[in-house]
Amino acid sequence: MLRKTFETEIQQLKDDVLLLGSMVEQAILGSVEALKKRDIKASEKIFEEDKQINDKRFEIENKLMILIATQQPMAHDLRLLASCMEIISELERMGDYAKGIANINMRMGDLPLLKPLIDVPRMAQIGADMLHRSLTAFVNEDVEAARSIPIQDDEVDALYNQVYHELMMYIIQDPKSIERANWLLWVAHNLERVADRVTNICERTVFIATGEMKEIKSTDDEFWKQQHQEK
Amino acid sequence: MKNIQSTEYAIETKSLFIFYGSFAAVSEVNIKIAKQKITAIIGPSGCGKSTLLRSFNRMNDFVPTSYVTGEILLHGQNLYSTDIDPVEVRRKIGMVFQKPNPFPKSIYENIAWGARINGFKGNMDELVEQSLRSAALWDEVKDKLKQSAYELSGGQQQRLCIARTIAIQPEIILMDEPASALDPISTLRIEELMQELKKKYTIIIVTHNMQQAARVSEYTAMMMISREGQRSGTVIEFDDTKKIFTNPKDKRTEDYVTGRFG
Repeated sequence: MLRKTFETEIQQLKDDVLLLGSMVEQAILGSVEALKKRDIKASEKIFEEDKQINDKRFEIENKLMILIATQQPMAHDLRLLASCMEIISELERMGDYAKGIANINMRMGDLPLLKPLIDVPRMAQIGADMLHRSLTAFVNEDVEAARSIPIQDDEVDALYNQVYHELMMYIIQDPKSIERANWLLWVAHNLERVADRVTNICERTVFIATGEMKEIKSTDDEFWKQQHQEK
Repeated sequence: MKNIQSTEYAIETKSLFIFYGSFAAVSEVNIKIAKQKITAIIGPSGCGKSTLLRSFNRMNDFVPTSYVTGEILLHGQNLYSTDIDPVEVRRKIGMVFQKPNPFPKSIYENIAWGARINGFKGNMDELVEQSLRSAALWDEVKDKLKQSAYELSGGQQQRLCIARTIAIQPEIILMDEPASALDPISTLRIEELMQELKKKYTIIIVTHNMQQAARVSEYTAMMMISREGQRSGTVIEFDDTKKIFTNPKDKRTEDYVTGRFG
């Protein structure tokens, strides 16, 4: 096989992206788990570990640059490398959401949670699951899977909607709960964004495999329109 | 196969086959080359790229057993019809080769000679200067026009050959690996020059350097041996260069441009 070295490096690159993805996945699940248990030490650890995610992203970015400069990728290879650049940046931002959730738990200090967390961990679970599957689809260049994953975003949006309304009720009933409600809202919002970014990863996978650069339609826009109208 | 959408075409082939004796080196080529654009021909060695290129100005005529079937049309006229003078064809369709091949004469004469035998009656000094300027060589040679062309560097010699070609004001310039014998800086100079030249001329370039094809051309024709038993080359994909190098349709093109095969 011609270009054996390049092939090996591409494989290594995909492994690196997967590794970064699993770091992010752990951070998302861990951050919500720590919040649920009000485990500040665990949150501090996640907050700190975000640096490793950032470092890993820069490391992959650097490898990508070197591959582009030394191998002059074309066609599928070019789409793959360019898309990896995008995907690692999506992953890094998802890591920031996890860090943000960890930060909220730290800032809450001794205050108890406004309400037991039920829907928020479900959002995290679905988001992490979507992320996991989107990266499997990326590695296998599975277009069908990549196109079907974003649909699950609707579930996350529905949960977000539920959490949002619930928290509004708390605020209306007791304005003193505003700050604590706002924290949780922030957490839910971060998780909602995770699912959106998974959609971007799926779009890149379709692009790598087919060359087609197109948004995958989820009902996300509808969701925001509806939110707007309700106000 | 898709053809290039352009308002104007410089040259067009119809069911073109090129034979050496009974061997069809190139089969069934139907392409339209857009006017005042750069079209690259790429493909692995031995797929007929140079043969196809040389057929455009009847250079293959010099190979005794060679002949073509089908048509190559310039302004609707078949270049291979019996009433066409191949010398006239080569005047309209100039050529630059892989290795710079200036005449063993002065820089000035290299340009003046071709023009003179083509019956140029105007101001020769002006023509020489104009041609050298168009080939981005004037500033480097204006003080040594009487010196031998052999005293120039390889890159300069190649630009001199381009100047010599444009001195007789062709419509089309064929380039067969024009930079493969040059260093990277001279190569980039030639590539920049091509961008200037296409404002007036149509350029068809054969190149093994994929990055070069991607950098310089608007359209790319990918050639390949199509019928294994017969080892005959043909154009398997012809499209916008951007498309060929980012998302080609044919798996063989993909394998070639990504270096998996060739």
